[in-house]
Amino acid sequence: MNSFVIRSWLARGLLFAFSVVIAASFVTPLLWLITAPFNTQANLAVTIPTNPSLANFEAVYHNKFAMRALFQNNLIIGGGVMVLVAGVATMASYGLSRTHVPGRDVLVYVLILFSSVVSGTAAMVPIFLLVFRLGLIDTYAGVILVMTGGLLPSAIFIMRDFIDSIPRSYEEAALVCGASSLRVFRDVALPMVRPGVVVVAIWAFVNAWGAFLIPSVLLRSPDRMPASIASYSFYTEAGTPNLTLLSAYAFLYTIPVLVLYLIVNWRFGFRFFGGIKS
Amino acid sequence: MERKHAIFPARVGIIFLTPAILFVIVFLLYPFVRVFLLSFTNQTLLGTTAPNPEFVGLDNYRHLFNPDRWMRLGEFGSALKITTQFVVGSALIGQAGMGMLIAWAFYRKRGVLREVVFTLVILAWIIPETVVAFTWVAFLDWEFGTLNSVLETVGLGRPDWLFERPLQSIILFNSWRGTAFSMLLFSGALETIPPSYVETAEVVGATAWQKFRDIFFPLLRGHILTDLILITLWTFNVFTPFLLTGGGPAKRTEVVSIYTYRTAFMGRHEFGKGSSIAVVMMLINLGLALIYLASIRRRRAT
Repeated sequence: MNSFVIRSWLARGLLFAFSVVIAASFVTPLLWLITAPFNTQANLAVTIPTNPSLANFEAVYHNKFAMRALFQNNLIIGGGVMVLVAGVATMASYGLSRTHVPGRDVLVYVLILFSSVVSGTAAMVPIFLLVFRLGLIDTYAGVILVMTGGLLPSAIFIMRDFIDSIPRSYEEAALVCGASSLRVFRDVALPMVRPGVVVVAIWAFVNAWGAFLIPSVLLRSPDRMPASIASYSFYTEAGTPNLTLLSAYAFLYTIPVLVLYLIVNWRFGFRFFGGIKS
Repeated sequence: MERKHAIFPARVGIIFLTPAILFVIVFLLYPFVRVFLLSFTNQTLLGTTAPNPEFVGLDNYRHLFNPDRWMRLGEFGSALKITTQFVVGSALIGQAGMGMLIAWAFYRKRGVLREVVFTLVILAWIIPETVVAFTWVAFLDWEFGTLNSVLETVGLGRPDWLFERPLQSIILFNSWRGTAFSMLLFSGALETIPPSYVETAEVVGATAWQKFRDIFFPLLRGHILTDLILITLWTFNVFTPFLLTGGGPAKRTEVVSIYTYRTAFMGRHEFGKGSSIAVVMMLINLGLALIYLASIRRRRAT
Protein backbone atom coordinates (compact mmCIF):
# COMPACT_ATOMS: atom_id res chain seq x y z
CA MET A 1 0.00 0.00 0.00
CA ASN A 2 1.34 3.38 -0.81
CA SER A 3 0.93 6.38 1.44
CA PHE A 4 -1.86 7.84 -0.65
CA VAL A 5 -4.08 4.83 -0.07
CA ILE A 6 -3.35 4.90 3.67
CA ARG A 7 -4.14 8.59 3.82
CA SER A 8 -7.38 8.11 1.98
CA TRP A 9 -8.45 5.29 4.35
CA LEU A 10 -7.49 7.42 7.30
CA ALA A 11 -9.57 10.32 5.98
CA ARG A 12 -12.53 8.03 5.44
CA GLY A 13 -12.25 6.64 8.97
CA LEU A 14 -12.07 10.13 10.42
CA LEU A 15 -15.12 11.24 8.48
CA PHE A 16 -16.99 8.17 9.68
CA ALA A 17 -16.10 8.82 13.32
CA PHE A 18 -17.04 12.49 12.94
CA SER A 19 -20.40 11.57 11.38
CA VAL A 20 -21.19 9.13 14.18
CA VAL A 21 -20.46 11.76 16.85
CA ILE A 22 -22.51 14.49 15.13
CA ALA A 23 -25.40 12.19 14.25
CA ALA A 24 -25.50 10.84 17.81
CA SER A 25 -25.49 14.28 19.40
CA PHE A 26 -28.28 15.49 17.15
CA VAL A 27 -30.51 12.46 17.50
CA THR A 28 -30.12 11.77 21.24
CA PRO A 29 -32.31 14.68 22.43
CA LEU A 30 -35.07 13.37 20.13
CA LEU A 31 -34.99 9.72 21.22
CA TRP A 32 -37.51 10.31 23.98
CA LEU A 33 -40.05 11.41 21.39
CA ILE A 34 -39.70 8.04 19.66
CA THR A 35 -39.73 5.72 22.68
CA ALA A 36 -42.02 7.34 25.28
CA PRO A 37 -45.24 7.44 23.19
CA PHE A 38 -45.22 3.64 22.89
CA ASN A 39 -44.49 3.00 26.55
CA THR A 40 -47.48 2.95 28.93
CA GLN A 41 -45.15 3.61 31.88
CA ALA A 42 -43.06 6.31 30.25
CA ASN A 43 -41.03 8.65 32.43
CA LEU A 44 -38.36 11.13 31.33
CA ALA A 45 -35.88 8.34 30.60
CA VAL A 46 -35.30 6.90 27.16
CA THR A 47 -36.16 3.22 27.52
CA ILE A 48 -37.12 0.91 24.74
CA PRO A 49 -40.61 -0.27 25.74
CA THR A 50 -40.75 -3.98 26.52
CA ASN A 51 -44.39 -4.19 25.47
CA PRO A 52 -44.82 -1.52 22.82
CA SER A 53 -48.41 -0.35 22.90
CA LEU A 54 -50.69 2.21 21.32
CA ALA A 55 -52.62 2.73 24.55
CA ASN A 56 -51.19 6.22 25.01
CA PHE A 57 -52.53 7.27 21.64
CA GLU A 58 -55.92 5.87 22.52
CA ALA A 59 -55.98 7.92 25.72
CA VAL A 60 -54.94 11.05 23.81
CA TYR A 61 -57.72 10.39 21.33
CA HIS A 62 -60.24 10.75 24.15
CA ASN A 63 -58.98 14.21 25.07
CA LYS A 64 -61.45 16.19 22.98
CA PHE A 65 -59.80 19.52 23.64
CA ALA A 66 -56.38 18.38 22.45
CA MET A 67 -57.80 16.54 19.45
CA ARG A 68 -59.75 19.60 18.33
CA ALA A 69 -56.60 21.67 18.67
CA LEU A 70 -54.68 19.35 16.40
CA PHE A 71 -57.24 18.34 13.80
CA GLN A 72 -59.33 21.48 13.65
CA ASN A 73 -57.54 24.58 14.94
CA ASN A 74 -54.11 23.71 13.58
CA LEU A 75 -55.55 22.85 10.18
CA ILE A 76 -57.61 26.05 10.00
CA ILE A 77 -54.71 28.26 11.02
CA GLY A 78 -52.10 26.37 8.98
CA GLY A 79 -54.40 26.16 5.95
CA GLY A 80 -55.37 29.83 6.11
CA VAL A 81 -51.76 30.98 6.41
CA MET A 82 -50.72 28.62 3.62
CA VAL A 83 -53.32 29.90 1.14
CA LEU A 84 -52.83 33.58 1.96
CA VAL A 85 -49.02 33.50 1.97
CA ALA A 86 -48.76 31.45 -1.22
CA GLY A 87 -51.38 33.55 -3.03
CA VAL A 88 -50.20 37.01 -2.02
CA ALA A 89 -46.49 36.14 -2.38
CA THR A 90 -46.97 34.63 -5.83
CA MET A 91 -48.84 37.68 -7.08
CA ALA A 92 -46.35 40.09 -5.55
CA SER A 93 -43.24 38.38 -6.84
CA TYR A 94 -44.82 38.03 -10.26
CA GLY A 95 -45.48 41.76 -10.27
CA LEU A 96 -41.92 42.47 -9.14
CA SER A 97 -40.47 40.21 -11.79
CA ARG A 98 -42.55 41.14 -14.84
CA THR A 99 -43.23 44.84 -14.51
CA HIS A 100 -41.32 47.99 -13.67
CA VAL A 101 -43.37 49.45 -10.89
CA PRO A 102 -41.95 52.81 -9.85
CA GLY A 103 -40.17 52.52 -6.51
CA ARG A 104 -39.67 48.78 -6.89
CA ASP A 105 -36.16 48.80 -5.44
CA VAL A 106 -37.31 50.84 -2.45
CA LEU A 107 -40.11 48.37 -1.84
CA VAL A 108 -37.69 45.44 -1.86
CA TYR A 109 -35.34 47.31 0.49
CA VAL A 110 -38.16 48.12 2.91
CA LEU A 111 -39.27 44.50 2.76
CA ILE A 112 -35.86 43.10 3.73
CA LEU A 113 -35.28 45.73 6.37
CA PHE A 114 -38.60 45.70 8.19
CA SER A 115 -39.17 41.98 8.05
CA SER A 116 -36.07 41.55 10.21
CA VAL A 117 -36.73 44.59 12.41
CA VAL A 118 -40.40 44.07 13.24
CA SER A 119 -40.25 40.47 14.46
CA GLY A 120 -40.59 38.27 17.49
CA THR A 121 -41.81 39.38 20.91
CA ALA A 122 -40.95 43.03 20.27
CA ALA A 123 -43.40 43.19 17.36
CA MET A 124 -46.14 41.49 19.36
CA VAL A 125 -46.65 44.53 21.62
CA PRO A 126 -47.95 46.92 18.91
CA ILE A 127 -49.47 44.04 16.94
CA PHE A 128 -51.56 42.94 19.92
CA LEU A 129 -53.05 46.43 20.21
CA LEU A 130 -53.62 46.57 16.47
CA VAL A 131 -55.48 43.25 16.47
CA PHE A 132 -57.38 44.43 19.55
CA ARG A 133 -58.52 47.57 17.71
CA LEU A 134 -59.53 45.55 14.68
CA GLY A 135 -61.71 43.44 16.99
CA LEU A 136 -59.83 40.29 15.99
CA ILE A 137 -58.53 39.16 19.40
CA ASP A 138 -59.43 35.51 19.96
CA THR A 139 -60.26 34.85 16.30
CA TYR A 140 -58.61 32.59 13.74
CA ALA A 141 -58.59 35.53 11.33
CA GLY A 142 -56.41 37.61 13.67
CA VAL A 143 -53.84 34.82 14.04
CA ILE A 144 -53.85 34.03 10.32
CA LEU A 145 -53.42 37.67 9.23
CA VAL A 146 -50.60 38.38 11.70
CA MET A 147 -48.73 35.21 10.74
CA THR A 148 -49.18 35.99 7.05
CA GLY A 149 -47.77 39.48 7.56
CA GLY A 150 -44.71 38.03 9.28
CA LEU A 151 -44.02 35.30 6.72
CA LEU A 152 -44.80 37.29 3.57
CA PRO A 153 -41.43 39.03 3.01
CA SER A 154 -39.44 35.79 3.06
CA ALA A 155 -42.10 34.08 0.95
CA ILE A 156 -41.78 36.81 -1.69
CA PHE A 157 -38.02 36.28 -1.89
CA ILE A 158 -38.42 32.51 -2.23
CA MET A 159 -41.03 32.97 -4.98
CA ARG A 160 -39.01 35.56 -6.85
CA ASP A 161 -36.24 33.04 -7.43
CA PHE A 162 -38.67 30.61 -8.99
CA ILE A 163 -40.36 33.24 -11.14
CA ASP A 164 -37.10 34.81 -12.32
CA SER A 165 -35.97 31.37 -13.44
CA ILE A 166 -38.86 30.62 -15.80
CA PRO A 167 -38.62 31.77 -19.43
CA ARG A 168 -40.73 34.73 -20.47
CA SER A 169 -41.28 33.71 -24.06
CA TYR A 170 -44.53 31.81 -23.40
CA GLU A 171 -46.07 34.76 -21.63
CA GLU A 172 -44.96 37.10 -24.39
CA ALA A 173 -46.40 34.78 -27.02
CA ALA A 174 -49.70 34.65 -25.17
CA LEU A 175 -49.77 38.44 -24.94
CA VAL A 176 -49.14 38.77 -28.66
CA CYS A 177 -52.10 36.44 -29.25
CA GLY A 178 -54.23 38.91 -27.31
CA ALA A 179 -54.57 37.26 -23.89
CA SER A 180 -55.32 39.57 -20.98
CA SER A 181 -52.70 40.05 -18.25
CA LEU A 182 -54.79 38.10 -15.77
CA ARG A 183 -55.08 35.25 -18.23
CA VAL A 184 -51.35 35.24 -18.92
CA PHE A 185 -50.69 35.05 -15.20
CA ARG A 186 -53.26 32.36 -14.49
CA ASP A 187 -53.00 30.12 -17.52
CA VAL A 188 -49.41 30.56 -18.68
CA ALA A 189 -47.17 31.63 -15.79
CA LEU A 190 -48.88 29.90 -12.88
CA PRO A 191 -48.59 26.34 -14.23
CA MET A 192 -44.87 26.90 -14.75
CA VAL A 193 -44.19 28.23 -11.24
CA ARG A 194 -46.28 25.55 -9.56
CA PRO A 195 -43.25 23.94 -7.85
CA GLY A 196 -42.44 27.32 -6.32
CA VAL A 197 -45.99 27.79 -5.10
CA VAL A 198 -45.90 24.31 -3.54
CA VAL A 199 -42.61 24.99 -1.75
CA VAL A 200 -43.81 28.34 -0.40
CA ALA A 201 -47.15 26.85 0.65
CA ILE A 202 -45.50 23.99 2.56
CA TRP A 203 -42.97 26.33 4.14
CA ALA A 204 -45.75 28.66 5.33
CA PHE A 205 -47.85 25.76 6.60
CA VAL A 206 -44.98 24.26 8.63
CA ASN A 207 -44.20 27.65 10.15
CA ALA A 208 -47.82 28.22 11.15
CA TRP A 209 -48.15 24.63 12.38
CA GLY A 210 -45.37 25.00 14.94
CA ALA A 211 -46.02 28.58 16.07
CA PHE A 212 -46.43 29.23 19.77
CA LEU A 213 -45.92 32.93 20.49
CA ILE A 214 -48.51 34.49 18.15
CA PRO A 215 -51.47 32.26 19.10
CA SER A 216 -50.55 32.43 22.78
CA VAL A 217 -50.75 36.23 22.67
CA LEU A 218 -53.76 36.63 20.36
CA LEU A 219 -56.06 33.77 21.39
CA ARG A 220 -58.11 33.44 24.59
CA SER A 221 -60.65 30.62 24.38
CA PRO A 222 -59.40 27.05 24.84
CA ASP A 223 -61.61 26.04 21.90
CA ARG A 224 -59.44 27.88 19.42
CA MET A 225 -55.97 27.04 20.75
CA PRO A 226 -53.58 25.26 18.35
CA ALA A 227 -51.68 22.12 19.34
CA SER A 228 -48.56 24.00 20.48
CA ILE A 229 -50.59 25.46 23.36
CA ALA A 230 -52.97 22.52 23.81
CA SER A 231 -49.93 20.34 24.63
CA TYR A 232 -49.92 22.01 28.01
CA SER A 233 -53.36 20.52 28.76
CA PHE A 234 -51.48 17.33 29.64
CA TYR A 235 -50.07 19.11 32.67
CA THR A 236 -51.89 18.89 35.99
CA GLU A 237 -52.88 22.02 37.90
CA ALA A 238 -49.73 21.55 39.96
CA GLY A 239 -47.64 21.73 36.80
CA THR A 240 -46.55 18.12 36.52
CA PRO A 241 -46.93 16.68 33.06
CA ASN A 242 -48.67 13.43 32.22
CA LEU A 243 -45.69 12.14 30.27
CA THR A 244 -47.32 9.19 28.55
CA LEU A 245 -50.03 11.33 27.00
CA LEU A 246 -47.83 14.34 26.39
CA SER A 247 -45.28 12.29 24.45
CA ALA A 248 -47.96 10.58 22.37
CA TYR A 249 -49.55 13.93 21.55
CA ALA A 250 -46.21 15.52 20.69
CA PHE A 251 -45.53 12.57 18.41
CA LEU A 252 -48.83 13.04 16.52
CA TYR A 253 -48.19 16.78 16.33
CA THR A 254 -44.77 16.22 14.75
CA ILE A 255 -45.80 13.70 12.07
CA PRO A 256 -47.20 16.19 9.50
CA VAL A 257 -43.97 18.21 9.65
CA LEU A 258 -41.91 15.08 8.99
CA VAL A 259 -44.15 14.00 6.12
CA LEU A 260 -43.99 17.43 4.49
CA TYR A 261 -40.20 17.51 4.92
CA LEU A 262 -39.93 14.13 3.20
CA ILE A 263 -42.15 15.31 0.34
CA VAL A 264 -40.13 18.47 -0.22
CA ASN A 265 -36.87 16.56 0.06
CA TRP A 266 -38.01 13.92 -2.40
CA ARG A 267 -39.59 16.25 -4.97
CA PHE A 268 -37.27 19.22 -4.87
CA GLY A 269 -34.30 18.36 -2.66
CA PHE A 270 -34.21 20.26 0.62
CA ARG A 271 -32.13 23.37 0.06
CA PHE A 272 -32.37 27.09 0.36
CA PHE A 273 -35.05 28.53 -1.77
CA GLY A 274 -34.07 32.13 -2.34
CA GLY A 275 -34.05 34.70 0.38
CA ILE A 276 -30.48 34.18 1.49
CA LYS A 277 -28.36 35.89 -1.09
CA SER A 278 -24.75 36.64 -0.59
CA MET B 1 -30.66 43.51 -9.65
CA GLU B 2 -30.58 43.01 -13.38
CA ARG B 3 -33.02 45.04 -15.39
CA LYS B 4 -35.11 42.98 -17.75
CA HIS B 5 -37.74 44.53 -19.91
CA ALA B 6 -41.23 44.63 -18.49
CA ILE B 7 -43.88 42.34 -19.90
CA PHE B 8 -46.79 44.30 -18.49
CA PRO B 9 -47.30 48.01 -17.88
CA ALA B 10 -46.65 49.33 -14.36
CA ARG B 11 -50.40 49.65 -13.75
CA VAL B 12 -50.76 45.86 -13.87
CA GLY B 13 -47.76 45.46 -11.58
CA ILE B 14 -49.35 47.68 -8.98
CA ILE B 15 -52.47 45.52 -9.01
CA PHE B 16 -50.36 42.41 -8.45
CA LEU B 17 -48.44 44.08 -5.62
CA THR B 18 -51.35 45.70 -3.81
CA PRO B 19 -52.24 42.85 -1.41
CA ALA B 20 -48.60 42.45 -0.36
CA ILE B 21 -48.14 46.19 0.09
CA LEU B 22 -51.24 46.33 2.29
CA PHE B 23 -49.86 43.54 4.49
CA VAL B 24 -46.49 45.27 4.76
CA ILE B 25 -48.07 48.59 5.73
CA VAL B 26 -50.51 47.12 8.28
CA PHE B 27 -48.32 44.45 9.86
CA LEU B 28 -44.78 45.85 9.51
CA LEU B 29 -44.70 49.62 9.04
CA TYR B 30 -47.66 50.56 11.24
CA PRO B 31 -46.50 48.46 14.24
CA PHE B 32 -43.03 49.97 13.87
CA VAL B 33 -44.37 53.53 14.13
CA ARG B 34 -46.97 52.67 16.75
CA VAL B 35 -44.50 51.07 19.13
CA PHE B 36 -42.50 54.32 19.29
CA LEU B 37 -45.60 56.31 20.21
CA LEU B 38 -46.72 53.73 22.76
CA SER B 39 -43.35 53.78 24.47
CA PHE B 40 -44.01 57.36 25.68
CA THR B 41 -47.29 56.36 27.39
CA ASN B 42 -48.37 54.34 30.40
CA GLN B 43 -50.75 52.18 28.38
CA THR B 44 -51.84 48.97 30.12
CA LEU B 45 -54.33 46.25 29.24
CA LEU B 46 -56.41 46.56 32.40
CA GLY B 47 -57.16 49.32 34.88
CA THR B 48 -57.68 53.05 34.42
CA THR B 49 -54.79 53.56 32.01
CA ALA B 50 -56.25 51.02 29.54
CA PRO B 51 -58.83 53.25 27.83
CA ASN B 52 -57.01 56.55 28.47
CA PRO B 53 -53.26 56.14 28.48
CA GLU B 54 -51.31 59.21 29.58
CA PHE B 55 -48.24 60.70 27.99
CA VAL B 56 -45.35 60.05 30.35
CA GLY B 57 -42.43 61.32 28.30
CA LEU B 58 -39.24 59.37 28.79
CA ASP B 59 -40.34 57.69 32.03
CA ASN B 60 -40.36 54.18 30.59
CA TYR B 61 -36.84 54.63 29.24
CA ARG B 62 -35.64 56.12 32.52
CA HIS B 63 -37.00 53.09 34.25
CA LEU B 64 -35.25 50.70 31.83
CA PHE B 65 -31.89 52.39 32.12
CA ASN B 66 -32.06 53.29 35.81
CA PRO B 67 -28.39 52.79 36.76
CA ASP B 68 -29.19 51.78 40.34
CA ARG B 69 -31.07 48.66 39.41
CA TRP B 70 -30.82 47.84 35.73
CA MET B 71 -28.16 45.14 36.17
CA ARG B 72 -30.18 43.21 38.79
CA LEU B 73 -31.63 39.87 37.70
CA GLY B 74 -35.03 40.45 36.10
CA GLU B 75 -34.14 43.99 34.96
CA PHE B 76 -33.31 45.27 31.48
CA GLY B 77 -29.52 45.45 31.77
CA SER B 78 -29.35 41.95 33.12
CA ALA B 79 -31.60 40.71 30.30
CA LEU B 80 -29.31 42.36 27.74
CA LYS B 81 -26.25 40.77 29.32
CA ILE B 82 -27.85 37.32 29.37
CA THR B 83 -28.97 37.78 25.76
CA THR B 84 -25.43 38.71 24.71
CA GLN B 85 -24.04 35.57 26.34
CA PHE B 86 -26.82 33.54 24.74
CA VAL B 87 -26.18 34.96 21.25
CA VAL B 88 -22.39 34.62 21.44
CA GLY B 89 -22.52 31.12 22.92
CA SER B 90 -25.33 29.54 20.94
CA ALA B 91 -25.31 31.39 17.61
CA LEU B 92 -21.83 32.70 16.92
CA ILE B 93 -19.90 29.81 18.50
CA GLY B 94 -22.40 26.92 18.60
CA GLN B 95 -24.40 27.20 15.39
CA ALA B 96 -21.88 28.88 13.12
CA GLY B 97 -18.96 26.78 14.40
CA MET B 98 -20.76 23.48 14.18
CA GLY B 99 -22.40 24.41 10.88
CA MET B 100 -19.02 25.26 9.35
CA LEU B 101 -17.44 22.08 10.72
CA ILE B 102 -20.15 19.83 9.27
CA ALA B 103 -20.28 21.64 5.93
CA TRP B 104 -16.51 21.47 5.62
CA ALA B 105 -16.30 17.78 6.62
CA PHE B 106 -18.69 16.91 3.80
CA TYR B 107 -17.18 19.26 1.22
CA ARG B 108 -17.59 17.60 -2.21
CA LYS B 109 -18.81 14.38 -0.65
CA ARG B 110 -22.05 12.57 -1.28
CA GLY B 111 -23.43 9.41 0.22
CA VAL B 112 -25.25 7.85 3.14
CA LEU B 113 -23.16 9.48 5.89
CA ARG B 114 -23.91 12.94 4.58
CA GLU B 115 -27.59 12.16 4.13
CA VAL B 116 -27.93 10.87 7.69
CA VAL B 117 -26.06 13.76 9.31
CA PHE B 118 -27.81 16.46 7.26
CA THR B 119 -31.25 14.93 7.85
CA LEU B 120 -30.79 14.75 11.63
CA VAL B 121 -29.46 18.30 11.85
CA ILE B 122 -32.37 19.55 9.73
CA LEU B 123 -34.91 17.63 11.84
CA ALA B 124 -33.70 19.46 14.95
CA TRP B 125 -34.46 22.67 13.07
CA ILE B 126 -37.95 21.95 11.70
CA ILE B 127 -39.76 20.06 14.48
CA PRO B 128 -42.30 22.32 16.28
CA GLU B 129 -40.73 24.34 19.06
CA THR B 130 -42.98 23.08 21.85
CA VAL B 131 -42.11 19.49 20.94
CA VAL B 132 -38.35 20.06 21.02
CA ALA B 133 -38.77 21.92 24.31
CA PHE B 134 -40.48 18.83 25.81
CA THR B 135 -37.85 16.42 24.51
CA TRP B 136 -35.10 18.68 25.88
CA VAL B 137 -36.69 18.83 29.31
CA ALA B 138 -36.54 15.02 29.25
CA PHE B 139 -33.01 15.02 27.81
CA LEU B 140 -31.69 17.40 30.49
CA ASP B 141 -33.54 15.87 33.43
CA TRP B 142 -31.32 15.41 36.48
CA GLU B 143 -32.53 11.93 37.38
CA PHE B 144 -33.68 10.24 34.16
CA GLY B 145 -32.24 12.43 31.40
CA THR B 146 -30.18 10.83 28.67
CA LEU B 147 -27.51 13.52 28.87
CA ASN B 148 -26.74 12.77 32.50
CA SER B 149 -26.74 9.01 31.87
CA VAL B 150 -24.07 9.56 29.22
CA LEU B 151 -22.09 12.01 31.35
CA GLU B 152 -22.12 9.70 34.35
CA THR B 153 -20.96 6.74 32.29
CA VAL B 154 -17.88 8.66 31.21
CA GLY B 155 -17.36 9.96 34.75
CA LEU B 156 -18.35 13.60 34.27
CA GLY B 157 -20.85 13.81 37.09
CA ARG B 158 -24.56 14.50 37.12
CA PRO B 159 -25.34 18.22 37.11
CA ASP B 160 -28.90 19.44 37.52
CA TRP B 161 -28.86 21.26 34.19
CA LEU B 162 -31.97 23.40 34.25
CA PHE B 163 -31.37 24.57 37.84
CA GLU B 164 -27.63 24.73 38.29
CA ARG B 165 -26.64 25.65 34.73
CA PRO B 166 -29.74 27.13 33.12
CA LEU B 167 -27.86 29.49 30.79
CA GLN B 168 -25.57 26.72 29.54
CA SER B 169 -28.68 24.59 29.04
CA ILE B 170 -30.41 27.06 26.73
CA ILE B 171 -27.12 27.75 24.91
CA LEU B 172 -26.67 24.03 24.29
CA PHE B 173 -30.30 23.74 23.26
CA ASN B 174 -30.22 26.64 20.82
CA SER B 175 -26.95 25.49 19.26
CA TRP B 176 -28.58 22.14 18.57
CA ARG B 177 -31.80 23.75 17.35
CA GLY B 178 -30.31 26.16 14.83
CA THR B 179 -27.12 24.61 13.43
CA ALA B 180 -28.99 23.52 10.28
CA PHE B 181 -29.20 27.03 8.87
CA SER B 182 -25.46 27.71 9.04
CA MET B 183 -24.69 24.20 7.83
CA LEU B 184 -26.89 24.58 4.75
CA LEU B 185 -25.65 28.08 4.02
CA PHE B 186 -21.98 27.10 4.30
CA SER B 187 -22.37 23.86 2.38
CA GLY B 188 -24.10 25.75 -0.42
CA ALA B 189 -21.35 28.36 -0.36
CA LEU B 190 -18.57 25.75 -0.45
CA GLU B 191 -20.01 24.34 -3.66
CA THR B 192 -19.33 27.65 -5.38
CA ILE B 193 -15.57 27.29 -4.86
CA PRO B 194 -13.89 26.06 -8.04
CA PRO B 195 -12.48 22.54 -7.43
CA SER B 196 -9.27 23.50 -9.22
CA TYR B 197 -8.29 25.81 -6.33
CA VAL B 198 -8.46 22.96 -3.87
CA GLU B 199 -6.80 20.47 -6.20
CA THR B 200 -3.89 22.82 -6.76
CA ALA B 201 -3.48 23.21 -3.01
CA GLU B 202 -3.55 19.45 -2.57
CA VAL B 203 -0.90 18.96 -5.24
CA VAL B 204 1.48 21.26 -3.39
CA GLY B 205 0.71 19.38 -0.17
CA ALA B 206 -1.32 21.89 1.81
CA THR B 207 -2.72 20.66 5.13
CA ALA B 208 -6.44 20.78 5.90
CA TRP B 209 -5.95 23.83 8.10
CA GLN B 210 -3.93 25.64 5.41
CA LYS B 211 -6.62 24.91 2.85
CA PHE B 212 -9.24 26.30 5.20
CA ARG B 213 -7.23 29.41 6.06
CA ASP B 214 -5.94 30.28 2.59
CA ILE B 215 -8.73 29.13 0.28
CA PHE B 216 -12.06 28.59 2.02
CA PHE B 217 -11.96 31.38 4.53
CA PRO B 218 -11.05 34.24 2.15
CA LEU B 219 -13.55 33.04 -0.47
CA LEU B 220 -16.33 32.51 2.04
CA ARG B 221 -15.79 35.69 4.02
CA GLY B 222 -18.97 37.22 2.59
CA HIS B 223 -21.07 34.15 3.35
CA ILE B 224 -19.67 33.93 6.86
CA LEU B 225 -20.57 37.56 7.50
CA THR B 226 -24.08 37.02 6.13
CA ASP B 227 -24.51 33.96 8.31
CA LEU B 228 -23.23 35.62 11.48
CA ILE B 229 -25.45 38.69 11.08
CA LEU B 230 -28.60 36.69 10.33
CA ILE B 231 -28.20 34.17 13.14
CA THR B 232 -27.36 36.99 15.56
CA LEU B 233 -30.54 38.76 14.51
CA TRP B 234 -32.70 35.67 14.89
CA THR B 235 -31.16 34.47 18.13
CA PHE B 236 -31.52 37.94 19.59
CA ASN B 237 -35.28 37.75 18.98
CA VAL B 238 -35.93 34.06 19.60
CA PHE B 239 -38.57 33.16 22.17
CA THR B 240 -38.10 29.38 22.37
CA PRO B 241 -35.95 29.40 25.59
CA PHE B 242 -39.15 30.45 27.35
CA LEU B 243 -40.61 27.03 26.63
CA LEU B 244 -37.60 25.37 28.24
CA THR B 245 -37.02 27.50 31.33
CA GLY B 246 -39.73 30.18 31.43
CA GLY B 247 -36.85 32.62 31.97
CA GLY B 248 -35.92 31.07 35.30
CA PRO B 249 -34.84 29.86 37.69
CA ALA B 250 -34.77 33.26 39.42
CA LYS B 251 -34.71 35.06 36.01
CA ARG B 252 -31.29 33.65 35.21
CA THR B 253 -32.32 32.82 31.63
CA GLU B 254 -34.46 35.88 31.07
CA VAL B 255 -33.31 37.04 27.64
CA VAL B 256 -34.79 40.31 26.30
CA SER B 257 -37.53 38.57 24.32
CA ILE B 258 -38.76 36.89 27.51
CA TYR B 259 -38.35 40.15 29.46
CA THR B 260 -40.56 41.90 26.90
CA TYR B 261 -43.11 39.10 27.05
CA ARG B 262 -43.23 39.14 30.85
CA THR B 263 -43.63 42.93 30.95
CA ALA B 264 -46.29 43.26 28.25
CA PHE B 265 -48.18 39.98 28.33
CA MET B 266 -48.01 38.75 31.91
CA GLY B 267 -48.88 40.28 35.27
CA ARG B 268 -49.98 43.88 34.83
CA HIS B 269 -49.67 43.89 31.03
CA GLU B 270 -47.64 47.09 30.91
CA PHE B 271 -47.75 47.86 27.20
CA GLY B 272 -46.12 51.26 27.56
CA LYS B 273 -43.09 49.88 29.31
CA GLY B 274 -43.11 46.80 27.08
CA SER B 275 -43.08 49.12 24.06
CA SER B 276 -39.99 50.94 25.30
CA ILE B 277 -38.18 47.58 25.52
CA ALA B 278 -39.51 46.68 22.06
CA VAL B 279 -38.18 50.00 20.70
CA VAL B 280 -34.68 49.26 21.99
CA MET B 281 -34.87 45.73 20.55
CA MET B 282 -36.06 47.00 17.17
CA LEU B 283 -33.30 49.62 17.06
CA ILE B 284 -30.74 46.87 17.68
CA ASN B 285 -32.44 44.79 14.95
CA LEU B 286 -32.34 47.81 12.66
CA GLY B 287 -28.61 48.21 13.25
CA LEU B 288 -27.96 44.56 12.43
CA ALA B 289 -30.22 44.64 9.35
CA LEU B 290 -28.50 47.78 8.02
CA ILE B 291 -25.08 46.15 8.43
CA TYR B 292 -26.45 43.14 6.56
CA LEU B 293 -27.81 45.23 3.68
CA ALA B 294 -24.64 47.29 3.48
CA SER B 295 -22.50 44.17 3.33
CA ILE B 296 -24.60 42.71 0.51
CA ARG B 297 -24.46 45.96 -1.40
CA ARG B 298 -20.70 46.27 -1.02
CA ARG B 299 -20.18 42.75 -2.31
CA ARG B 300 -22.44 43.38 -5.29
CA ALA B 301 -20.47 46.49 -6.12
CA THR B 302 -17.09 44.77 -6.11
